[in-house]
Amino acid sequence: MARVTVEKLTKKFGDVVAVRDLDLQVEDREFMVFLGPSGCGKTTTLRCISGLERPEGGTIRIGDTVVNNLSPAVRDIAMVFQFYALYPHMSAGDNIAFPLHARRMPGNEVQRRVNEVARVLRIEHLLQRRPRQLSGGEQQRVALGRAMVRRPKVFLMDEPLTNLDAKLRSEMRAELKRLQKDLNATTVYVTHDQVEAMSMGDRIGVMKQGGIEQIGTPDEVYNHPASLFVAGFVGSPAMNFVPAEYRDGAEPSLFLADGAFALPVDDRWATAIRERATGNTFTFGIRSEDIALYTEPGQDRIPSEVYVMEPLGDVNLFDLKLGEQIIKAKTLPNFRLRIGDRVWLQPDHDKMHLFDAQTERAIF
Amino acid sequence: MYDTLWVRITRATLIGIGLALAIIFFLFPMYWITLASFKTKPEILSSIPLHLFQFTPNLDNYRSILGLTTGETEAGTPGEYLGRLLNSIIIAGGSTVLAVFFGTLTAYAMARFRIPGKSDIMFYILSSRMLPPVVIIIPVFLMFTQLGLKGTHLGLTLLYTTVNLPFVVWMMKGFFDEIPHEYEDAAMLDGYPRIQAFFRVTLPNAWPGIAATAVFCIIVAWNEYAFAFILNSEPYAQTVPSFIASKSQTSAGINWGIIAAMSTLFVLPVLVFTFLVRNHLLRGVTFGAVRR
Repeated sequence: MARVTVEKLTKKFGDVVAVRDLDLQVEDREFMVFLGPSGCGKTTTLRCISGLERPEGGTIRIGDTVVNNLSPAVRDIAMVFQFYALYPHMSAGDNIAFPLHARRMPGNEVQRRVNEVARVLRIEHLLQRRPRQLSGGEQQRVALGRAMVRRPKVFLMDEPLTNLDAKLRSEMRAELKRLQKDLNATTVYVTHDQVEAMSMGDRIGVMKQGGIEQIGTPDEVYNHPASLFVAGFVGSPAMNFVPAEYRDGAEPSLFLADGAFALPVDDRWATAIRERATGNTFTFGIRSEDIALYTEPGQDRIPSEVYVMEPLGDVNLFDLKLGEQIIKAKTLPNFRLRIGDRVWLQPDHDKMHLFDAQTERAIF
Repeated sequence: MYDTLWVRITRATLIGIGLALAIIFFLFPMYWITLASFKTKPEILSSIPLHLFQFTPNLDNYRSILGLTTGETEAGTPGEYLGRLLNSIIIAGGSTVLAVFFGTLTAYAMARFRIPGKSDIMFYILSSRMLPPVVIIIPVFLMFTQLGLKGTHLGLTLLYTTVNLPFVVWMMKGFFDEIPHEYEDAAMLDGYPRIQAFFRVTLPNAWPGIAATAVFCIIVAWNEYAFAFILNSEPYAQTVPSFIASKSQTSAGINWGIIAAMSTLFVLPVLVFTFLVRNHLLRGVTFGAVRR
């Protein structure tokens, strides 16, 4: 196993810059997830690491070796593709054995390794079949087997769960995570699904327009998003955003939703705003689970009205009208209200986020 | 699916009759020429068309073209026809192998790599098929005379390769476009250089396309007449089509029996070959018609 280091990586397709000056380090045995919308450059970055794409600039190291000029064949990395890319003219067993034949491994050793991998993935009974005779989930396992069988330095996975149905996907998520820890395998995993990223990654690199917005543990990315984009992309339902204006003075306050509501600001935040802000306008952010709902007014409670309630079983999800805006809030399932009921909401002061309206970077 | 049994039977019958008529229409020339090859001259020229069972088939025409009779006949010296058949096999087979080989490699490069001006190059390749053969027949004749290619196997082989190459490039590019590049990506990551990934993974999946393309190439080269007549009229490397034409006029008029026998034998190899690869052929020509 090995660490992967990427420095100043740039990749263009014609005039289109897919990845720009990207810096990244994946530690030995780490499960790193690239998360971002389609076209953000995450797959391109993965393909540059694999050697399938040649970057225009930057350095890629696997272990201590600079691999920029090495062909994919000698980089000693394995990749699992979104469409699995199992060779249609070979049986599942031959597919798994294929990378071993490239290394001119003796036949009995190949057989032993294939059987071992098949046992771990529970696909022993499928080895004789052709890929088209396998279900999506089975193809997925064979593809994993082909990647695992030669014990590569690094695993690359390009949206491997996207084509599975929802139930199988959540099963495979847990299984993949466990497998990665058992194999002690340095892994780079690309996905646009924030649930996959949160549940599997040791660290997440959130990408946008060819650059990395934030790298951090799932906890950091979720609870301390570095930018408006990260805050909006990670978490379901998405974080609530409300335009806000800051007014300094004896009682510094944030005026939300065109000045309809004032939120007092304590010293710590006032300092942060003074130090980091480029102007007076901000986007205020709060997650749905960090809003408390009350049926009567009180200190720092913002009056509102129920627009819709969605009972999800384990929680109730409320859409609340705040001026012209809709705010989503989660409550316990026993908290029930009807459409049109008055309700007062109170954001948790320790869980509030503020983003600069110009730079979209987090103030706190 | 809610139709009654009678409606279904009627529909099936009508479709069957339609297909039978089409088959009769298209196969009648084949039937007639095959029949003629078993007839004597008076039978062929009979004013009432003689169908099967209306005459006694005889193999004289075949004996004569296969050189089983002694001495020179109207079909030439013994074994002359077989020699021309061999020439046709060498030239059509050789040009098909060459065209498919080079065309497939070109098509692969066109399908997989970023090449500046690719669409212009592809159009240029196609444009070489736009001239009718008669327009270039004189320049080619002069060129071949100068180079000593006139009347040789190599000459016609190269010419037919040139004619078929654009077709192969365009056909095979379509097939390679349909084969996901992820297969090769996977093979390269599995430890194979690109050329091996091509031979071990891409090519096995392109076989139906190659078979279909090869059939069309063989048919074109096998049947070609104009160039063969102008360039290879000497016995050494003459192909069957120009040989048949040269033997049609005899002192006793046109010998239809000999022509019919030669034509029937000439069509047979292509027929058998096409029949053998028919499954590939069908998959090949419909490949890419359905989006995955």
